[in-house]
Amino acid sequence: MSTPTMQPQIAPKAKPQVLKEDAMWLQKEMINRNYHELATAHQDGRKVSATFVPGNLNELLMCFNFARSLPETNALQNGMRKKSGKMIMDAERDGHSEDVCTYVKADLGMMLQGQVGPTGEPLPHPDVLLLSYTGCFTFMKWFELIRQKYNCETVMLHVPYQGDGKVSPAMRDYVVKQLKEKVIPTLEKVSGVKFDIDRLRQYMRESVKAEENLVRVLQSAKNRPSPIDGYFGAVYYIGPIFTAFRGMPEATRYYDTLWSEVEQRIREKKGPVTPEGEMAEEKYRLVVEGPPNWTSFRDFWKMFYDEGAVIVASTYAKVGGVYDFGFRHDAERPLESLAEYCLGCYTNLNFPQRIDMICKYLDEYQADGLLINSIKSCNSFSAGQLLMLREVEKRTGKPAAFIESDLVDPRYFSAANIKNRLESYFQMIKQKRVAQAAAGVH
Amino acid sequence: MNVKEIVARCEALFEDLRFNAVQQWKAALPGRKAIGYMPVYVPHEIIHAAGFLPVGIFGGGDQIEVIQGDAYYQSYICRIPRSTVELGLSGRLDCLDGMLFPSVCDVIRNLSGMWQIMFKDKYVRYIDVPQNYDDAIGGTFYISEMQHLRDDLGALRGQPITDAELNASIAVYNENRKAIRDLYSYRAQKPWQAPTSEVYLLLRAGCVLPPEEHTPLVRAYIAAADVEKRARRDNARVVMTGSFCEQPPLGLIKSIEMSGCYVVDDEFMLAFRWLMDEVPADGNPLEELSKAFLHRSAQSASKYDDKKEDKGRYLLHQVKSRGAEGVIFAAPSFCDPALLERPMLQEVLAKQKIPYTAFKYAENTGQMAPIREQAGTFADSIKLWSAA
Ligand code: SF4
Ligand code: SF4
Repeated sequence: MSTPTMQPQIAPKAKPQVLKEDAMWLQKEMINRNYHELATAHQDGRKVSATFVPGNLNELLMCFNFARSLPETNALQNGMRKKSGKMIMDAERDGHSEDVCTYVKADLGMMLQGQVGPTGEPLPHPDVLLLSYTGCFTFMKWFELIRQKYNCETVMLHVPYQGDGKVSPAMRDYVVKQLKEKVIPTLEKVSGVKFDIDRLRQYMRESVKAEENLVRVLQSAKNRPSPIDGYFGAVYYIGPIFTAFRGMPEATRYYDTLWSEVEQRIREKKGPVTPEGEMAEEKYRLVVEGPPNWTSFRDFWKMFYDEGAVIVASTYAKVGGVYDFGFRHDAERPLESLAEYCLGCYTNLNFPQRIDMICKYLDEYQADGLLINSIKSCNSFSAGQLLMLREVEKRTGKPAAFIESDLVDPRYFSAANIKNRLESYFQMIKQKRVAQAAAGVH
Repeated sequence: MNVKEIVARCEALFEDLRFNAVQQWKAALPGRKAIGYMPVYVPHEIIHAAGFLPVGIFGGGDQIEVIQGDAYYQSYICRIPRSTVELGLSGRLDCLDGMLFPSVCDVIRNLSGMWQIMFKDKYVRYIDVPQNYDDAIGGTFYISEMQHLRDDLGALRGQPITDAELNASIAVYNENRKAIRDLYSYRAQKPWQAPTSEVYLLLRAGCVLPPEEHTPLVRAYIAAADVEKRARRDNARVVMTGSFCEQPPLGLIKSIEMSGCYVVDDEFMLAFRWLMDEVPADGNPLEELSKAFLHRSAQSASKYDDKKEDKGRYLLHQVKSRGAEGVIFAAPSFCDPALLERPMLQEVLAKQKIPYTAFKYAENTGQMAPIREQAGTFADSIKLWSAA
């Protein structure tokens, strides 16, 4: 999956100073510490787990003292550091098709290059692959590929898809049974740690605190001006909670800090902070569907803030959990709640649900329109997005636009094309406003 | 009927993208319904037990011009969903009362929701199959999925589907599967008598004919092919793998054969061979279907391999049991499951020193020369290898 958690980047000297908030520094520290923990896990006698962002069972993994790696995050971090292009090509030279998801190839390429993580420290081979199969078939092949190469213990958690737009008791029971009878025993065996459900409960209670604040932060974009960017900024905000930190007091602290920063921005009627400072004037409010491009992330973002466009809500910020529609981890029914969490991640929703969600965002966040960033790698997100575009336009009467790029393959980011598209899209929104004003509609 | 007549009939069914055979079947008796399904596998028995006709929808092939369908898909997505959308929007699937979308990949998964939006008056269901193979876990879930389908189809006909009906359908499909197994064994024994281009058409006929009609047709073909006088050539025996969803054009299969290969096993229309042996027809039908799925079904890229050692087991079995000398990986362009699976299978083959070659296709691939050349070189190298 297209996944969050980025480190704030230090800009090269010649470039303008990148501005960061306190929460960002906190996050940087957390991420660096996690990579260091991974690097030293084996010498510290700890086992290493790897799992995916959607359906990430972080609280459960913590119950077994695993150092936790998220291969999607490693891939995107490498993408941001412009290292993924070579990794992908190495994987292709090793026999992987040019047609398939580049997250997988970036990960396999990193392994081929000696498994040095994004921070320059070595990443150990995982002791267990928790194949939490939520919202994407490629995950299954991804871990089968790693298992084939490195012989890692692998445990599958099959999460059924919400084909008819709901979670049935049979679906939930199926996931719970797998947790009880497959996942937990395997994690016990690999880690040598006995499962303690009260420990899980404790982590889940901690998760809820962070979840509450994350939702406040994301929903702050309903304000005018929006104090945050719900896409380019949100990929930072979702970082800790979607990855190795949910359930930890550090995550709670991070979201407390973040929320107080955002609250203050609301009070001061400030717009979002961009890498080049505060956004001056909010001219356009957009909803975005699809993951961002990581290899040219800053250039991509700049195309928006230069034009005064702020993203008020994005579906991508829901890949690791749809908290803004009410889901919270529930310590009273821990395993059922973990199952519901996995079943409810964004890409596990069916198409009508995804479209409903976007229409709701357009309405509740008073957005001008929808932008779809269609990712070449990602069939899970992308297959069918053109229908989504039509449906949303039809239902909301708001203009929608379509651009194409890739997650971590720099060959598929065409800045000029995207910029052109965006410029005409902003034009279109403007014209629509004029027409509406003329017709007396608002 | 002789071979020519049987093949001509199958070819006509294959080329008829208006599904006249389905329309005729429906028109023969009032109240009849037809339910479409996409690759790879759905339990046909449940559709059949409702008295409905299961109809395999394997895209539009190379005979359909995709105009509307292209407006729904980016260039980097395989072709089968766009030609299927084309079939739907152009009214060619109006004869279907419903569509089933099995869990194969994210493209077909998402298409299930698109279908719900585009064809609101039809029955649409996503069929999840378990990736956990314990009876008490994956089995229980799968039985509930099948029960859901059973209830829905029962409601559609206005009368619940009984166990006796399901068992009768299991028996009908046991016969069909057996006939197809026999056809595959026959082809492996005498591939010159039963070329794959014909075997393929016979399977495609099974996508639109009721099994009661399809099974005798398969049997008739085996008998008729056996008395044909056909030249035996010094071809390389290959297994073709990766074509479980979007289908290669018929011309591509013919090209491979013309280039000097006998295809002795494949993944075409795997639904007919998914369950690898008899399903008991006198027990609890859904339990038996579940057990057959969990413990005695084919492998394909869309199915999880529980253990590392399981990877490639089915392909190796195909190679060894059919006496194949090599493997052709033929996958649709942009097919994540097939293309991600490929390097793992290649590694398994390399360990066993089984030669392979690989290419991609689309259902409307028109240029056969490069494929013919590649398959020809592969066949030559196999022959050289075995002569050495
Ligand atoms: S296909 Fe999409 S969701 Fe799946 S691993 Fe790739 S980027 Fe992630
Ligand atoms: S050809 Fe492959 S990617 Fe396309 S729908 Fe079929 S299985 Fe999915």
